[in-house]
Amino acid sequence: MRITCPNCGTRDRREFYYLGDALALDRPAEDAGLGAWDDYLHSRDNPAGETRDLWCHEAGCGAWLIVERNTVTHAVHKATLAEKVKR
Amino acid sequence: MRLQAPENMVTFTFDGRRIKGVPGEPVSAALLANGIKLVARSFKYHRPRGVMSAGAEEQNALVTVGQGAQAEPNVRATTLEVSEGLEVSSQNAWPSLRYDMMAVNDLISPFLAAGFYYKTFMWPRSFWEKLYEPVIRRAAGLGALSGQTNPDTYEKAFAFCDVLVIGAGPAGLMAALTAGRAGADVIIADDDTAMGGRLLRECEDIEGKPAREWVLDALAELDAMPNVRRMTRTTVTGAYDQGTYGALERVAGRFAPDKPLECFWRIVAQRAILCAGALERPIAFPNNDRPGIMMASAVRAYVNRWGVTPGKAVTVFGNNDDAHRTARDLAAAGIKVAAVIDSRDDAKVAGDYPIYTGAQVIATKGRHGLQSITIRHNGGTRMVQTDCLAMSGGWNPTVHLTCHMNGRPTWREDIASFVPTPQSIPGMVTAGACNGSFTTAACLAEGAAVAAEVAAGLGLKPKVTVPDADGTAYALAPLWAVPGKGRKWIDFQNDVHVKDIKLAAQENFRSVEHMKRYTTQGMAPDQGKSSNVVALAVLADATGRGIPETGTTTFRPPYVPVSIAAMGAGSQGKGFAPERFTTSHKASVARDAPMIEAGLWYRPSYFPQMGETHWQQSCDREVGYVRNAVGVCDVSTLGKIDIQGPDAAALLDFVYTNMFSTLKVGRVRYGLMLREDGHVMDDGTTARLGDTHFVMTTTTAAAGLVMRHLEFVLQVLRSDLDAKVISVTEQWAQFAVAGPQALALLNTVLDQDLDDEIWPFMACGEVGVSGVPGRLFRISFSGEHAYEVAVPSRYGESLFRMLTAQAEVMGGGPYGMEALNVLRIEKGFVTHAELHGRTTAFDIGMARMVSAKKDCIGKAAAARPGLSDWGRQQLVGLRSTNALTAGAHLFEKNAAETRGNSLGYTTSVCYSPTLQMHLALGFLENGRARHGEVIKLRDHLRDVTEEVAVCDPVFFDPTGGRARG
Ligand SMILES: [Zn+2]
Repeated sequence: MRITCPNCGTRDRREFYYLGDALALDRPAEDAGLGAWDDYLHSRDNPAGETRDLWCHEAGCGAWLIVERNTVTHAVHKATLAEKVKR
Repeated sequence: MRLQAPENMVTFTFDGRRIKGVPGEPVSAALLANGIKLVARSFKYHRPRGVMSAGAEEQNALVTVGQGAQAEPNVRATTLEVSEGLEVSSQNAWPSLRYDMMAVNDLISPFLAAGFYYKTFMWPRSFWEKLYEPVIRRAAGLGALSGQTNPDTYEKAFAFCDVLVIGAGPAGLMAALTAGRAGADVIIADDDTAMGGRLLRECEDIEGKPAREWVLDALAELDAMPNVRRMTRTTVTGAYDQGTYGALERVAGRFAPDKPLECFWRIVAQRAILCAGALERPIAFPNNDRPGIMMASAVRAYVNRWGVTPGKAVTVFGNNDDAHRTARDLAAAGIKVAAVIDSRDDAKVAGDYPIYTGAQVIATKGRHGLQSITIRHNGGTRMVQTDCLAMSGGWNPTVHLTCHMNGRPTWREDIASFVPTPQSIPGMVTAGACNGSFTTAACLAEGAAVAAEVAAGLGLKPKVTVPDADGTAYALAPLWAVPGKGRKWIDFQNDVHVKDIKLAAQENFRSVEHMKRYTTQGMAPDQGKSSNVVALAVLADATGRGIPETGTTTFRPPYVPVSIAAMGAGSQGKGFAPERFTTSHKASVARDAPMIEAGLWYRPSYFPQMGETHWQQSCDREVGYVRNAVGVCDVSTLGKIDIQGPDAAALLDFVYTNMFSTLKVGRVRYGLMLREDGHVMDDGTTARLGDTHFVMTTTTAAAGLVMRHLEFVLQVLRSDLDAKVISVTEQWAQFAVAGPQALALLNTVLDQDLDDEIWPFMACGEVGVSGVPGRLFRISFSGEHAYEVAVPSRYGESLFRMLTAQAEVMGGGPYGMEALNVLRIEKGFVTHAELHGRTTAFDIGMARMVSAKKDCIGKAAAARPGLSDWGRQQLVGLRSTNALTAGAHLFEKNAAETRGNSLGYTTSVCYSPTLQMHLALGFLENGRARHGEVIKLRDHLRDVTEEVAVCDPVFFDPTGGRARG
């Protein structure tokens, strides 16, 4: 598997650290309540198809990336810098 | 027999017998040239078997190469190159290939039919492990591993290209020429020792000259192009995501010790062109497995390419036009063709030898080598004397790689074969015989056309020129199995025959996938290269369905077996694991300190002195240095992260539970870091060097983790914060100087004497260290008056030598990890033994460190019910007069030592020379309320039971006066 890092170009997946669903971007407020925090921490879909994940180019530039890919076709559509994503 | 005496010959051995061969030719060719027909015993029935093919698809001729630790089993004799001194042995036979005791399996074969294991060894259950399995394992199987460490070297490597051409036959060569001429970066890989594919094995012309000459011209042109790389002896074994291909290169024979044996490549290609050719398939006729019965294309390959004739009187049996090439080439080479049997009634063929059309081979004779065959023809039978039968059931395109990403090939009725389904592998196209285009003309044309498309897709401007070649179409009439008495083998490597597949169908294993598992067809190293389509056809017949309705065939990587040693090259033993050494490493080793691993780091365990016979003596002495005089310890392995920016303090407030924005410049604070789920991630001290400048320390183990975490926070959660982090662990050498004499010792190396007023406990700042700008932190991990002094790494070694030498003058010296551990246990300081991922701030008694004034990572989750209940297991100290163990469980004094009664466990233990007793840190249910009670420690693993007194985890100097004083 290869991921195109916006800073470094196309690199082998061994250079990257995988975190999980990009849901981690949407951190609830401190007082959002137990339900919201429980969802944020633990509830994840297990999609057959399109996913948005967080990967860190740890053995490269150190950037955290949002990688859009397909778990069925294994296609990797694109990777964007998490820093640049508007929230 | 050889057609001509070769010039260069070398000697190798087969089962100890000395054999002459031509260097570089396959061992199978040399064996055939020396009249050796019997080369192996089959997997299950131990039937005598001979060479069947001339390539990677070989099912029978598996041999072991080399001896002892270097022995490599299951090597195909058809791809193993002859070299001087090569040692080759047969497998799966005892005591010898000719008289194999296990051949008794063949006599009792009716009892060993498909599904035999499932049916026979079901009962009684207990017999399976003790009796059946060991016996079966000994009897079955192919070559055996030596069980010793493999001393051979292997390599792995990466390559990148625009276009990867897989296979260098007519289609592959044309593809590489076309893409190369257009300017693409091309890698062309082929598993053979020489490129050319079938052109090296056939008698035909291209552009009016012998095809082999055309190949030489093409290779010369490719070699002249700097943008083309040719890789021979390289089998592309798998197709993976995003244009990544695995390939195994057989780099050197066993007699080139300066080179690796094999190299496993990962080739990343923008586009790939599969030109893998086709594999001829056998016909299932009775006793079609005798040594001497071979694939027709292999027979003529041995004659045309290596000048070796596999027999003196050769017969040919086929269902297609191609088989007749073998008869024609052999006759032209002066080899006797005893008969050609074509199963088609309407075959229009001619030749100067007996031809039987509408005929079939229905029996064969010769136990260790073929002697005769029986032909059914015109309602009668006829026996023909022959020592080599060349068979051809048609050709299967080599679709393997197109299946590696779940692609399924498509059935093509006209050639009775599966062909690749387009776009099965993103970025890969197919050309030539692997695409079902079997004539040389079609291969050349397709190779060129496909490569032109690919090159154009890459933005290049290709030109297509196609040389003239033979375009005679190939006709066949399917013939899968010939009726008759005797076993008709389909999967030679796994000993599966027609009746096994019919039995599977009869027992309702009618799906291809079920049939395969029931009969084991298509398993073993060969993975059904030659047998899958025949097996499918026989299953279709047995279940009364057509082939496309019955199913399809598929292949998984790798195409040929790849040794684990090649895939794991560089990972044997220590492999490429990096080693991190502190600046004091040499000095520590010179003091005979045993070095222990701490992650990738190496740290001194203790510094032995003359007369000490046990580490405990050294450790006790070193603890004494710190408690009574002064000790020096290298703490450079702790993670050091430099944090700068206007929001540096805000970042720290967010990642630590406690407040850092209130920390004064020139001061250090202990910080606790949680994971977002509320459990402790790491701890350490952070110093404020300036308004917008901090330096954080992490534990040695969590340095990388914390760094990634900080980047995550800055980039993902709080991109609003203006701060940058960078690891400076390698840049600073840092030493703890601890003990009542710490200040005195430091003053011997500092440019200016320290003033205790300016340098109170938890102060930090810049200092001059023997003329070098350094940093000083008044922090203590031992509970004593202590400092950590840091200098740029290049001065680390000399500072360590100065500090230790001076410490020794003052009655102290260096201390290692053992003493460091005792010192921190005495003080109840936690490490990752306690912060093991399941403890909360509450558990370690630091709940108050979670600031109520701000949000931080883990704060919301740490407030969840259950994470701070008094019933939780809480950090406690445990004392005893006897030695304790870590990992032991805690029980009420009179409780049974069962899992249900466990109240907690120990995490760290030591003997405290300071307090002269054994100490432990551990977690105990409601532990903080139980100080003063006596409970029981039980370690089932080490068989230790002790009564222990529960106490505060800070065993020594609970008020902390020594560190502040
Ligand atoms: Zn990068």
